[in-house]
Amino acid sequence: MNTSYEPKIIAFCCSNCASSAAEISHVMKKMLPDNVKVVQVPCSGRVEVLHLLKPFEEGADGVYVGGCQEDSCQYIKGIKKAEKRVEHVRKILSELDIEPERIDVFSLSAARGQEFVEIACEMVERIKAMGPLPIKINA
Amino acid sequence: MIVAEPKPIKEILEMTRDCGKILVVGCKGCVTVCNVGGSKEVGILASTLRIAAKRDGKELTVDEHTLERQCDPEYIDELKDKVAAYDAVVSLACGVGPQFLSERYPAQKIFPGVNTKFMGGALEHGMWAERCAGCGTCVVHHFGGLCPIARCSKSLLNGPCGGSSGGKCEISPDVECIWDMIVTKLMQEDRLDDLLQFRPAKDWTTARDGGPRRLIREELVK
Repeated sequence: MNTSYEPKIIAFCCSNCASSAAEISHVMKKMLPDNVKVVQVPCSGRVEVLHLLKPFEEGADGVYVGGCQEDSCQYIKGIKKAEKRVEHVRKILSELDIEPERIDVFSLSAARGQEFVEIACEMVERIKAMGPLPIKINA
Repeated sequence: MIVAEPKPIKEILEMTRDCGKILVVGCKGCVTVCNVGGSKEVGILASTLRIAAKRDGKELTVDEHTLERQCDPEYIDELKDKVAAYDAVVSLACGVGPQFLSERYPAQKIFPGVNTKFMGGALEHGMWAERCAGCGTCVVHHFGGLCPIARCSKSLLNGPCGGSSGGKCEISPDVECIWDMIVTKLMQEDRLDDLLQFRPAKDWTTARDGGPRRLIREELVK
């Protein structure tokens, strides 16, 4: 395996709990890995199936959604909707013989800045172990 | 509405495996309402096909288009200047769509992207149930507004069979016995005697049993 491989990961983070956790992590001087790019959304429930597929289409190796905990979602059911859509994308990836573990969803507490960074690192390590998205390059 | 479900991705990939340029066509009618063939689902299928192509190292162009409906020739015509440029068209409309497209564009490969299931309605978001079998002679008013043709496994018109038990149909505990529901409802409305009225045997020729059907409304034909 190419040890210099760094996966490209897209993180959809809600503007409430996940973004609050991100701010706490900045205060704690905990940095996200460079290969995780955050896309802020009003609520994790706003993220559609197509939003989750597009990063894979455009070359990302992994995607995750960060949202509120179930009992603290400002939009009530946002994180539940996100979980269902992530599960749907897992099924699509499975049907394409791509590891469904390349996509995940996490519930965050607003004050858990350290956890925000730990989740990003967890995804990086998980995707790194899987290798790049199986893409064949035409000779 | 007509309710459909997505075809398995592997099936669509198999159908289109030799194609380098595909047009995915949605429909803003019934399939949009049941979240299987609208513009959103067109985008999802197109993205999925592109990911599959990258996975296989294939060159593939997938374009997207959603018609108002695929059951009216005027809307099918909208594709006349673009369809020839594609190796295949995947239609996400009900079974009418791929057929209308095939008739209008006979030289084009047209593939169905969904499996049409039944005429029905939503019980709740994401759940639909069959309500109409298109028998051509609607008599739901004889049965308290419930249709035994669509909702009885045997389409019985005279009452429940011996398999009705606990309000459930013998084919599955998940299927309600519509005759149990009809009798219960008419009893509650004190109209049970409606079922005792003599009615002649149903004319099934107006249903699919009579062969492919056509309907002409003279006052509308130009």
